[in-house]
Amino acid sequence: MADPAPDTPTSGLSSRVVVDGPELARSLARMAHQILEANRGADDLVLLGIPTRGVFLARRLAALIAEIEGRPVRIGELDITMYRDDLRANPTRSVGRTAIPGRIDDAVVVLVDDVLFSGRTITAAIDALRDLGRPRAVRLAVLVDRGHRELPIAADHVGRTIQTAADERVQVRLSELDGDDAVTIGRTGGTR
Amino acid sequence: MTTSNGSVLITGASLADGTRTDLYVSDGVLADPASAPAGVERIDADGLLALPGLVDLHTHLRQPGREDAETVASGTAAAARGGYTCVHAMANTDPVTDTAEAAEYVQALGERDGHCQVRVVGAVTKGLGGTELAELGLMAASSAGVRVFSDDGRCVDDSLMMRRALTYVKSFDGVVAQHSQDTRLAGPGACCHESEWSGRLGLPGWPSQAESVIVARDVQLAELTGSRLHVCHVSTAESVDVVRWAKARGIQVTAEATPHHLLLDTPLVSGYDTTFKVNPPLRTSEHLEAVRAALADGTIDIVGTDHAPHARQDKDHPFDVALPGMIGLEQALAVVMEVMVNSGRMDWPTLVERMATAPARIGRVAGQGRPLAVGEPANIVLVDPSARAVVDGAASASRARNNPYHGRDLPDPVVATIWNGRVTYRR
Amino acid sequence: MRHLLSAADLDLASAQSILDVAEEMQQVQSRPVKKLPALRGRTVVNIFFEDSTRTRTSFEIAGKWLSADTINVSAKGSSVSKGESLRDTMLTLDAMGVDAFVIRHPSSGAAQQVAGWVKAQVINAGDGQHEHPTQALLDAYSMRHHFRSIGSDGFAGKKIAIVGDLLHSRVVRSNVLLQRTLGGEVVLVAPPTLLPTGVETWGCPVTSDFDAAIADADIVMMLRVQRERMAGGFFPTEREYAEGYGLTEARLAAMKPGAAICHPGPMNRGVEISSAAADAANSLVLDQVAGGVAVRMSVLYHLLGSDEGAM
Repeated sequence: MADPAPDTPTSGLSSRVVVDGPELARSLARMAHQILEANRGADDLVLLGIPTRGVFLARRLAALIAEIEGRPVRIGELDITMYRDDLRANPTRSVGRTAIPGRIDDAVVVLVDDVLFSGRTITAAIDALRDLGRPRAVRLAVLVDRGHRELPIAADHVGRTIQTAADERVQVRLSELDGDDAVTIGRTGGTR
Repeated sequence: MTTSNGSVLITGASLADGTRTDLYVSDGVLADPASAPAGVERIDADGLLALPGLVDLHTHLRQPGREDAETVASGTAAAARGGYTCVHAMANTDPVTDTAEAAEYVQALGERDGHCQVRVVGAVTKGLGGTELAELGLMAASSAGVRVFSDDGRCVDDSLMMRRALTYVKSFDGVVAQHSQDTRLAGPGACCHESEWSGRLGLPGWPSQAESVIVARDVQLAELTGSRLHVCHVSTAESVDVVRWAKARGIQVTAEATPHHLLLDTPLVSGYDTTFKVNPPLRTSEHLEAVRAALADGTIDIVGTDHAPHARQDKDHPFDVALPGMIGLEQALAVVMEVMVNSGRMDWPTLVERMATAPARIGRVAGQGRPLAVGEPANIVLVDPSARAVVDGAASASRARNNPYHGRDLPDPVVATIWNGRVTYRR
Repeated sequence: MRHLLSAADLDLASAQSILDVAEEMQQVQSRPVKKLPALRGRTVVNIFFEDSTRTRTSFEIAGKWLSADTINVSAKGSSVSKGESLRDTMLTLDAMGVDAFVIRHPSSGAAQQVAGWVKAQVINAGDGQHEHPTQALLDAYSMRHHFRSIGSDGFAGKKIAIVGDLLHSRVVRSNVLLQRTLGGEVVLVAPPTLLPTGVETWGCPVTSDFDAAIADADIVMMLRVQRERMAGGFFPTEREYAEGYGLTEARLAAMKPGAAICHPGPMNRGVEISSAAADAANSLVLDQVAGGVAVRMSVLYHLLGSDEGAM
């Protein structure tokens, strides 16, 4: 049943790098500052990464914030598999981990994902969050906003906005999983 | 079903012993072919075998009582298709055939609706209850002339009752046909041959010894009483050994094998298909081999179909609840050909002995199982020894569809059946 | 996988996936909102032809926590006495648009027969003396938790002694098949009268010497022994049974360090299991119950989560 990890880069022949490692690092650093600024500090802040790459991005952001603030920030993982609106239409998906650091009632939850596209993943994440508690506010941080929204979703913090065609595939590569940091665009495989 | 009372000339047929001959059927008997008029109806039997019409000593026709499962008309139509010219209607109907009136009623149904001769089997005990003798003598003396008595479906458990029955039927040359099943060793839930399969499938087991211990008791009672015992549906190697021992001692015992216990084995129940639920249960291959060898060497005297039609609703239950039994009249000859003749275990004359001559002798049926000779009754089955077909259960003349051979590639031998000069089936 | 009828239907990947997802499902039990939307709009009918509060309730909760519409039908003793065949009973319910049946039946093979008749998917919640695959999965789930808690992972090389009325037990058949896939080494222990015919072909050692088997067992799984078996002549008295095949205090003390106790329930304290063993620190009995819901959620999710049903 194993879900062929939808985020696995296909190292497509026709993909090109649009954000390199240093640029990616600068984007994340800027996002960390923005999150702190919008929240007026790290109090009540909880970063929840959406598997797979959102989890690693959340960890990096948390590390950056901790460095700035001088104290750790709460961080967790939010699996949205069960909440997907295309669950039934696809082969059975394996379920990711959901790990919430304590109670999220009255916290400010920042959802972290790699690419914002149709908005369906984030809608599912908001549904999932509602079953876990009642945050005071929910914000969205994404590394890449590639447009083509199908739902009224907007990100609060965006690393890079990239113009894409609908059939292009945007991939975020992270050293923890893929060996290097980059954002690529290709035409191989499906849309993303 | 075509039936004709006219004369017919069968040309170029081979008899079981290989002799080629013409057979002239006239007025229900075999007449000299030279006397056949020029314009007589002919059946070209070139390449076909002409055998005596088959006789089944073990048939459930379900009438009266369960006409939704089978009737005398539908069951005997299936018999005719299978090459039979005589069947024995078992007593476990509703009401049970345990009185002279009940026997005469079934006899009359056979005479009215039958596509072959229907001989009546009487119950051994009242209502098959096992505790009081049925009216054995009155059934024997009735117009049905009952000679075979059986509680089939149930075993006559009680040793004393069995002794009394054997002793009693001796005076009118009757035979007790026993359903051999120790009801403690193989209780009411037992529905699968006790084996690796019953263990895995979680089905209550029916050990082979639950059959042979009764056979062993009964042959000794037959010896004690000097009466005739017939062992229905022998399914195990142990029973075969007991019968062989008894025959060597000169005990008057005859034994029967069913087509399904010759061909079908225990693993068929692994899908819990209740079509394959039968009593005694389908056994494992070593038992099948023993039964085949015994049928070949004469330890087992006859093939009896134990044709047991059931309505669908009685089979659509869990395996341990569904009624046991499977139909077999139409495919019996095909199965015996496949397992015994085509494999070289048995020749055609022996098949005739096992499926016509010996059953008629045990049942004391005059005019059946006779050689195909001038002056004999015209009970004939024409057989194509090479034809094959995939069995289509839905095409059966039986009302029932619990056909275990459905979908199986088997010989398709029966070309025509003639009963007392009437063509009762023709392909 | 369309149906779950036998533990043999599960290959290693799917068995592990069910256990892994069950871990995530168990977290739901501690959430403020015990609800996942995965089976929203699906109708699951729990049809029990035999009483089982424990199994029925855990399937019901599992279905509800996954947002399925779960309906319980108690069909005990109904159809045959009314003259209705099992097939007609099931086709009637099937025609109402059910997505899945969870079926418990006193007859072996009933779930398999039903799967051949209905359009809905079928989960075997115990059929006669045949199989109970979700029980074997939750047993494996509890065992895995236990192995991890003592710093060991995986079933390979683990010795699992299953003790008691093997003849009439659907739990043992499913456990043998599942452990064959997972890699555990099952040892079967029973009085000779309660051994299934052909048990020697199951690929596990079989013994009547519980004391020898207990010495190197990592898991001791005790099966319920029913009192009516005594009347059937399978063993003389409860006292004699307990002496030979009960998990007594003496045998509890003889278990090797780190070994744990399972029992599918309900327990006959004082017969197959002493109170000391039932309540021992290394008893997984209550973990088995807790894991039951999570494992059944996972099974329902794997079978019904996708229209393609791929696994």
